[in-house]
Amino acid sequence: MTATVQPAVQISGVSKIFNLGKPNEVRAVEGINLAISEGSFVSLIGPSGCGKSTLLRLVAALTPASDGEIFVNGKPAEQARLDRDYGMAFQTSGLFGWRTVIQNVELPLHLMGWSKAERRERAAEMLELVKLGDFADYYPRELSGGMQQRVSIARALSFRPSLLLMDEPFGALDEMTREHMQTEVLDIWNKTGKTIVFVTHSIPEAVFLSQRVIVMSARPGRLAADITVDIGDRTFETREAPRFFDTITQVREALRNKEPSA
Amino acid sequence: MNSKTFRTLAPSIFVGVGGLLFWEVSLAVLQPEGFLLPAPSSIARALFDNFDVVWTGMKSTGYIVVTGLLVGVPMGVVWALLVSRFRLANETLTPLAISLNAIPIIALAPIFNAWFGLLSPVSNQAIVALLVFFPVFINTTKGLTEVGETELELMRSYASSSWQVARTVRIPNAMPFFFTSLKIASSLAVIGAIVAEYFGGRQDALGPLIVQNAGLTRYAEAWSAVLAGSAMGIALYLLSGVLERFAMPWKPDADMVET
Repeated sequence: MTATVQPAVQISGVSKIFNLGKPNEVRAVEGINLAISEGSFVSLIGPSGCGKSTLLRLVAALTPASDGEIFVNGKPAEQARLDRDYGMAFQTSGLFGWRTVIQNVELPLHLMGWSKAERRERAAEMLELVKLGDFADYYPRELSGGMQQRVSIARALSFRPSLLLMDEPFGALDEMTREHMQTEVLDIWNKTGKTIVFVTHSIPEAVFLSQRVIVMSARPGRLAADITVDIGDRTFETREAPRFFDTITQVREALRNKEPSA
Repeated sequence: MNSKTFRTLAPSIFVGVGGLLFWEVSLAVLQPEGFLLPAPSSIARALFDNFDVVWTGMKSTGYIVVTGLLVGVPMGVVWALLVSRFRLANETLTPLAISLNAIPIIALAPIFNAWFGLLSPVSNQAIVALLVFFPVFINTTKGLTEVGETELELMRSYASSSWQVARTVRIPNAMPFFFTSLKIASSLAVIGAIVAEYFGGRQDALGPLIVQNAGLTRYAEAWSAVLAGSAMGIALYLLSGVLERFAMPWKPDADMVET
């Protein structure tokens, strides 16, 4: 292969061991090799404790790898963090209760030293993107869980990072809201062309959202399968299409086969 | 007064007025010895007759309370900021704060009088400052350090400095904790000041007024001075609540009693 297109995320031989050498030593992930191409939507899925969130945090350089190398946009992950190459959304929205919705979206811009006018303009634009333009001056506690997550996505995108890391962002939402949010996120992905790495424990969610589903096995987390999703444009009917269910079955079997026999 | 305010206030007015009536009537019926408990009406009369003296006492004690708070509260806040920010400070200042708190502070009053002079207000101010320091310190530290993991990871993902984390996360997070401690401190300050005044300090303050009147079996007068002390405590508590609302506009409207 002669193509020299640099992947958005390149993970080579990465392991993470917590509490190394102590009685409570945990081998969270082991020997991970993964390349994520720019503009793609990739989900990480696996049983609880398989290290999928840990892997995301390694990419974000929120915790250092014990072994191996991670490059984000061609830079070591730590440098990419310092350069603010990615935005992140968490399971809990992590909004600050003392800031209004728009002030929350402005937070990263504020930290980066943008002027007030620039901040306001960009944050308003981002709130429009997540369809919360009318809620700029509300406080987070006045919003529903789904709306709060949309604010946190707007915040993650506010400084236009090329990469969006999402750690089970819809895990705490009810099924209806969840499906609605999935459509919204796909819409944002289509509009912005970001690379999205999405951690979830929901098989239908992973299949509906992604171009690629990376299946991980339980502790220590290893890559168990790399499934390409080919179910065409996502519409309301997609969720009821046979191809959707076929892919779900494929992911489910990959998950089951790789569960530890112990 | 609109109907909502009335609904909110009515129960407390009812309990207050009802309690006073019950007190007055039971005394009239049972007629106990006067020194046990004077009737509300005689306390009110004593307050009215001696208003100048009580007012002077309130100003004198109020000065001790306010200056003591002005020293003790910032001391608690600065101490908390240091402890939450620097590990070395945490390892040295936290045990020191706990040791200071373990001292029965009010018992230091006679010793402080020996240090600063029997009639000097400084010993009383020092008692108040020491008393209010600890609740402010311990609560504010809790607020500065009990920050969610997600919030900290988020700030890390923005490559923010520890000063930015302090300013944008830790300090706003500590605000409700601080104001709770301020409410505790404001009542504590009044108690501390009056008890410290029993042992020395300015002689026109509420403490000496209570001691002298009780010594002369003028119980209604003593009670009127106690009442003045409670009024100060309530006023400071309400003031803390007003400051809290002013400082934290994001908090939902709630009764001031709720924290």
